[in-house]
Amino acid sequence: MTTGESTRRPAESLRLTPYLLSGPALAVLAALLVVPLIATFLLSLHSFDLYKGIENVYNFRNYADIFSDPYFYRIYGRTFRIALIVTALAVLLGTPEAYILNRMRDPWRRICLLLVLGPLFISIVSRTLGWALLFGSTGLVNQGLMAAGLIESPLQFMYSETGVVIALTHVLVPFVVISVWASLRRLDPQVEHAAVSLGAGQSTVLFRIVLPQVMPGILSGAIIVFALAASAFATPAIIGGRRLQVAATLAYDEFLNTLNWPLGAAIAVLLVIANVVIVAGCNRLIERRYAQVFQ
Amino acid sequence: MLDGLTKSYGGIVAVDHLSLTVGEGEFVSLLGPSGCGKTTTLQMIAGFLEPSGGRISLDGADLLAVPPNKRGLGIVFQSYALFPHMTAAENVAFGLEMRRMPRADRDARVAEVLALVGLTALADRFPNRMSGGQQQRVALARALAIRPKVLLLDEPLSNLDAKLREEMQIELRQIQQRLGTTTILVTHDQAEAMALSDRVVIMNKGRVEQIAAPDVAYSEPASPFVANFLGKTNQFPAMLRADGGRHVVAIGELAWPADTALPPGPATISVRPERIGFTAAGGLPGVLRNRVFQGNHWLLQVQTASGLVTIIRQNNGEALPAEGDRIALSWRAEDMSVMAARDTAA
Repeated sequence: MTTGESTRRPAESLRLTPYLLSGPALAVLAALLVVPLIATFLLSLHSFDLYKGIENVYNFRNYADIFSDPYFYRIYGRTFRIALIVTALAVLLGTPEAYILNRMRDPWRRICLLLVLGPLFISIVSRTLGWALLFGSTGLVNQGLMAAGLIESPLQFMYSETGVVIALTHVLVPFVVISVWASLRRLDPQVEHAAVSLGAGQSTVLFRIVLPQVMPGILSGAIIVFALAASAFATPAIIGGRRLQVAATLAYDEFLNTLNWPLGAAIAVLLVIANVVIVAGCNRLIERRYAQVFQ
Repeated sequence: MLDGLTKSYGGIVAVDHLSLTVGEGEFVSLLGPSGCGKTTTLQMIAGFLEPSGGRISLDGADLLAVPPNKRGLGIVFQSYALFPHMTAAENVAFGLEMRRMPRADRDARVAEVLALVGLTALADRFPNRMSGGQQQRVALARALAIRPKVLLLDEPLSNLDAKLREEMQIELRQIQQRLGTTTILVTHDQAEAMALSDRVVIMNKGRVEQIAAPDVAYSEPASPFVANFLGKTNQFPAMLRADGGRHVVAIGELAWPADTALPPGPATISVRPERIGFTAAGGLPGVLRNRVFQGNHWLLQVQTASGLVTIIRQNNGEALPAEGDRIALSWRAEDMSVMAARDTAA
């Protein structure tokens, strides 16, 4: 509804406008993300010698080392296993949470939303240290379970995958809740009424009408959780410790303990590539699946 | 069917003792401005709202005791409320699935209903890939597929453009008459209500103003509100006198015999713009302020002592007075309706 002015402008400048407008953001992104990534990749091509340190050569030795050593397979396997379990748990917990939140009335909805998003306001380190306190052999969780008579002796949460999964899920559930809640808010309440008028009961409406419509929200929440869980550092570092390495903590170890920077860089680069491939692949699948339904 | 139906929200009465009986196969419209309680009434019939008082029954059975998903009513929503993740055919089949209809019967019924609304070719399309009119047809087909005892239409045509709306009105009426489904339509569009319905229920502020056939409500409005809401009208303050057993209504010097039960005193008379004619002598004097050409008719505005009067003249080649001319207006006694003196609210 603008005047004819914009259409009379030369097509040339019109085509440039989007680039000029997004230019500053792209520059920041390039400086803070792309350049360090390229630097890390170049670093991963160098070689390392215990006596001579980092050598300025370019080859794929580090990658060959990683691919030929079962140790690394175990680490990556564990990383993505944890990420997958955390994603599944976060979806299973976060989706009903968002649904219940959406059906609540104010002021309870506001209060509960604040509680759900609460973990995001607290530093990840203090949150994880809190879990470490709860998880200890004399921690609240074990004491509670023993008092309830469910277990005889304390469970080993610290330095175990279970502990890492629980702590990571707690940290990442809010992302699913936010994402699902956003799609729930977009639903037309009349659609549920329509299903009821056609004879659907409560659970049919939930599973056949509501759930399929918020599926894109659930999946995008799941993608965020997976990406964050696979690259998480602080939680596995504190709960898992050095006994339970994941890709991120292993890269850290190579940098700061072994001082083998090139190997650490190679581990990090592979983690980024795997993560991007999985996330982008899922995203493509979802987009193709829902393109004709939700556009 | 509806008896003393009332809904109030914390002191505000949305629907006030609405009573209405809809006959089998009848098409009834609930008509009124927004906030008059018509949609609230529909939601109570559908079961999405709990009435504060009164009863709703269907074929003699108490409908309020039945949960909304067992009432078996077909509903077409204003937003269509199609299931976006299902194709047109899946949308239509949903109600049949809920009734556990066998697959073969279901497919046959879906095909039949889609053919009825002329959408056979688009059965496998998703709603987001359809135009508003097509979505509307899917919504209608979905509601009709379950062979509802009553079809409830909630402003079903208000999201369509004017031309499409007229087409759909005709089609809706044809389908309704062919199937003989009892239908209740909620609308704020008086033209739509008059075009479709056997009877209209004109509502204002939660109360029923008049229940009548459209042409009766139009020519014999029961209240100034109805007269104003249905079409255009002219209202004049007048005096009602009892004159030896007969009633006479007068504006100044002019008097007409009146057939009314109202007590003598101040009254309002209402005359439709198309019923007012010009007269050589003895009518209501006035000056033609302006005339607007509307294609098949002229819209004339005449300033009189009783206010501005709107007149509609067919564009039939007849000579019209020019702007600024002094003219006199007249109408027959049967062309006007006499009502209680206009209250401040009307």
